[in-house]
Order: sequence, then structure tokens, then C-alpha cells
Amino acid sequence: MIGIEHYIVVSAILFVLGVLGIFLNRKNIIVILMAIELILLAVNINMVAFSAFLNDLTGQIFAMFILAVAASEAAIGLAILVIYFRGRGTIAVDDVNRMKG
Amino acid sequence: MTYAASFYLAAPEVMLSVAALILLLVSAWMPKASRAVTIVAAAVLFGATAWTAHLLFDPAYAMGGEAFGGLYSADGFGSFAKIVIYLATIACLVVTPRFFDARGAYRPEYPVLMLFAAVGMGMMVSAVDLVTLYVGLELSSLASYVLAAFLRNDARSNEAGLKYFILGALASGIILYGMSLVYGFSGTTSYSGISIAFADGFSTGALFGVVFVLAGLAFKIAAVPFHMWTPDVYEGAPTPVTAFFASAPKVAAVVMLTRIALDAFGAQTDAWRQIVIFAALASIVVGALGAIGQQNLKRLLAYSSINNVGFILIGLAAATPQGASSVLVYLAIYAAMTIGSFAALLMLRDSSGEQIETFAGISGLSTTKPALAWCLLILMFSLAGIPPLFGFWGKFVVFQAAVEADLIALAAIGIAASVIGAFYYLKFVKVMFFDEPLSTAPEGEAVIADSPTGHWVVLGLSALLMSPLGYLATPWLEGVADRAASVLFTVV
Repeated sequence: MIGIEHYIVVSAILFVLGVLGIFLNRKNIIVILMAIELILLAVNINMVAFSAFLNDLTGQIFAMFILAVAASEAAIGLAILVIYFRGRGTIAVDDVNRMKG
Repeated sequence: MTYAASFYLAAPEVMLSVAALILLLVSAWMPKASRAVTIVAAAVLFGATAWTAHLLFDPAYAMGGEAFGGLYSADGFGSFAKIVIYLATIACLVVTPRFFDARGAYRPEYPVLMLFAAVGMGMMVSAVDLVTLYVGLELSSLASYVLAAFLRNDARSNEAGLKYFILGALASGIILYGMSLVYGFSGTTSYSGISIAFADGFSTGALFGVVFVLAGLAFKIAAVPFHMWTPDVYEGAPTPVTAFFASAPKVAAVVMLTRIALDAFGAQTDAWRQIVIFAALASIVVGALGAIGQQNLKRLLAYSSINNVGFILIGLAAATPQGASSVLVYLAIYAAMTIGSFAALLMLRDSSGEQIETFAGISGLSTTKPALAWCLLILMFSLAGIPPLFGFWGKFVVFQAAVEADLIALAAIGIAASVIGAFYYLKFVKVMFFDEPLSTAPEGEAVIADSPTGHWVVLGLSALLMSPLGYLATPWLEGVADRAASVLFTVV
């Protein structure tokens, strides 16, 4: 029987993968965008699982809001990435270093 | 509660959203109308401020005013913050156009984005439910990411936008994960429900949730140890945008943090107080030490804002009505000081029309532009918290609240650390008043004098408020803030 704990564990693993994806990734900013999506989806699993477990619709409605916001966040992220690429000609993480201090 | 009553309470946000949507269409069809759009946006913001002031001073709403079935509350605490936020946004709009006009980059989307950010911030400070909080937070953040990258052809601005986006999105993800745990272990997303559910302690899972929420919010207010994005974003973003980031969103995020800590998690003050105390002390020290070696004035002001957030968190750590009230007073004073400093920074241009951003550019400013130098002197002494000036009052109320809450050690360390912070503010003054002007221009004039009236009005008002004359406002400000803060403590 799959219970609420299994969902929480899966979502925790996805969340940690997402955070590691942001910090350990040394290659490409697109990967960071994917990692951010992974974090938001981990949260959604949590929300929906808790919502079903508690018999309370709020969590599912919250998950809808998160999906909508995640979409606009991805759009804005890609837009910023495009103008960045136009200026610099690269999207490697190690090259994001114009400012230091 | 009928729908009409809800709209009456949420009228400032409704007004701003409708205006922003209309102006978005206007800017799509009339890309040349940037000045008109800016003026309309400022006027609408002013209307929203007036409406919020009406709600704040109407006793019927000041203490409650729940709307939309308990998702939103137009109470005094939110209204006070909203007035500061909207006024700060107006001031930023006033000082913006010239900066972008000089680069031929001013477009009508800019005021529209500012309006959307203002709506999001209004929602944030009035949210009494996690869903509203998240939507408001994202609305203001998404608009801010675009604003940071607004100079499309400038590599530093793009990089600032990118860094702000990645770290901001990570912070949102962390807050959300915390919210999902809090929701799961309390079974509700409303602050009052959460407070009741956690009345006798956090379970382990809920504690994780609370820590995640607080850590994510610390990211948003740039408190140490989650401050590392601040100097880069503040330096890279266009200066008027930096002025905006340092004032309005900071006020909104701190007020939101205060509300969630004292309202939703207010029953378990001891569980989060240690975290807030650590963040406060670390912010004060890192903000003070990090600023010392900086040559870039925007980076310096970024560290200054980290430093100030530390002082504000001391007021939050007190977790008393005085503490919450001192947070509001400090925020109002801080927003005025910051905007004044950035308005002054925006007026500094060298003879080729480039913005001055380093210490070298302002040396000997007192001989080339005495009025500006004296205004900056007032603002810097005020930021340092030197007594006759109004900035001292903000620090005073915060420390008073900490001492009354028996956090004497915290207050003592904070006061000692504020002395370290005074070093770089004094350096600012020393460079302006005692260094020789080193100028590359032929006639020895480093700074051109074409500062428009709008900048002078903003700078003059903030310098006037920070001068000892500001103390005339203290009884009134104190009264309003006390009443606003009491909202958080009556519901429980």
C-alpha cells in the first residue's frame, strides 16, 4: 500500500535533486531552469498528496496556482536568457562573472 | 461579506491592476508614449495611496477588514506598509526617466512593470493566507526580474537580471516547499488556522516547513546567510531599478515576514526566534564589514541595505507589539533614506554624461555641487544613525523594543556593530568634503549641473525628513505604527 510517506519521500528527493542541480551544475543555464521546474513539481506532488490525504481541496487549488506561476516564471527566465545570450554569446554558468566582490 | 465589500477593501490593488492592464495595451500600441504612461502610472499609485490611507485611518477597517473569504486583509498593518510601498514606487518613477532617456532606452513598459510589482507587493503585505502570499510574491518578483534586465544592451544589466532570476526562483521554490509542509501538517493555508493548528508546538515535519519558509523569506529580504545575490544585482541593475529594489520590495518582504512570523507562527515564538536573532546579527556584521572595501557606490549601498535589514530583524526578534511597531517605523525611515541616497546618486553624472558610480567620482563634491553634497551628508549621517538626524530614531525604537523584550545582549551587540557600519558612511562624507576633486574634464568640473526638478524634490523631501525636523513627526508616526502593529496581536 502506498501511503502519504512515500509521496513525501519522492517529493523530498525531487526537491533535493532540484537544489543540487542549481548548485552543482557547472555547465549550462538551461539546466538551472530545468532544476527550478523540478523544485516546483516536487512541491506540487507534496501539495496534491497532502490534499488527498487531508480530504481538503485547498492543496489542489494551490497546485494549480503553482503550475500557472511556474509557466510564467519559465517564460520570463527564458526571455532573460535570450537577451543574455545575445549580449555575451554564451550561456555557460562559469561565464556569468562580469561582477565580482 | 459580500463581493462588493471585498472589492471596497481591495480597491487599491484592483485599481492598480486595471490601470496596469490598460497601460500595457497603451504601451503596446503607442511605444512613444512613455512619458504619459509614467505620469498616469504615478497618478494611479497616488490614488491607491490615498485610498489605503482612508482605510488605515478608518477605525472600522484598521483592526480587521478581511476580504475574499479570509484570503486578504486590509488591516492597519498592511495599510501602513502599502502606503510606504506606493509612495516609494512613485518616488522611483519620478527619478527614473532621465536615466534611461540618456541611453535612449526608456519604454512605456517600465512604469507598467512597476505597477505590476506594486500590485504584487500590496497583495504580499495584505495576505493572510499562503496562497495569496505566494501569488503576490511571485507577481512582484517576476516584474522585478524583468526590471533588473531592463537595459537590454547592457551586459551588466542582463547578468543582474539572470542572477536575480535564478536565485529569486530558487528562493520561491524553497518558500513553496516550506508552505507545502506547513499546509500538510496543519491542514490549512490560512494564517489564523495555522496558528491554531500549531498552538501546542510544531511537529518535526512542520518545523522543517517553518524553517524552509523563513529561509526563503530571508533570501527575499537579503538577510545573511542568503544575501550573496544582493551586491551583484544592485550593482548590475540600472540605478533607478536598484533604488526601487532597495526600497519598496524590501519593505514588502519584511512586512510579509513579520506578519507570517507573528501571526501564523506567533504561537511558537521561541521556535523561530533563534533563527531571526542569528540572521539579524550576521546581517549587521556582514553588511558592515562587506561594505568597507567597496569602491562602487551601488555595491556599498547594497551592503548598507543588508546591514539595515539586520537592525529591522532585531525588532522582529523581540516578537512584541513594540517590536512589530518598531519594524514599521524603521522601514518607513529606511525607505525614505534609501530613495534619497539613490536620487542623489542618479543626479551625479560626469562631463561626458556617464553616471558616476564610484568613490573617485564624488571626491570633492562639496566644492563642485555643495547643495547635493550637504543633502548626501544628512542622508549618510542618518543611515549611520547619528543622533540629531532621524535615522537614529529608527535604530532607537528597534533597540528599545529588544531591550524591553529582555534581549539585552542582542541589543548590545547590535549597537556595537552599528559603530563599525558608521565607518563607511563617514568615508562617504570624508571623500565628498575633504578630498580634492580629481577631474578629467578640462575646466575642472567633474559633475554636470542639469539635475531636473523631480530629482531635487525627491532628494529634498527625504533630506528634510531625515533632518532633525523629522522628529516633529515622531508622535504621530509612533501612534500610527503602534495601532498598526496591534492588529497582529489581537487576533490570537
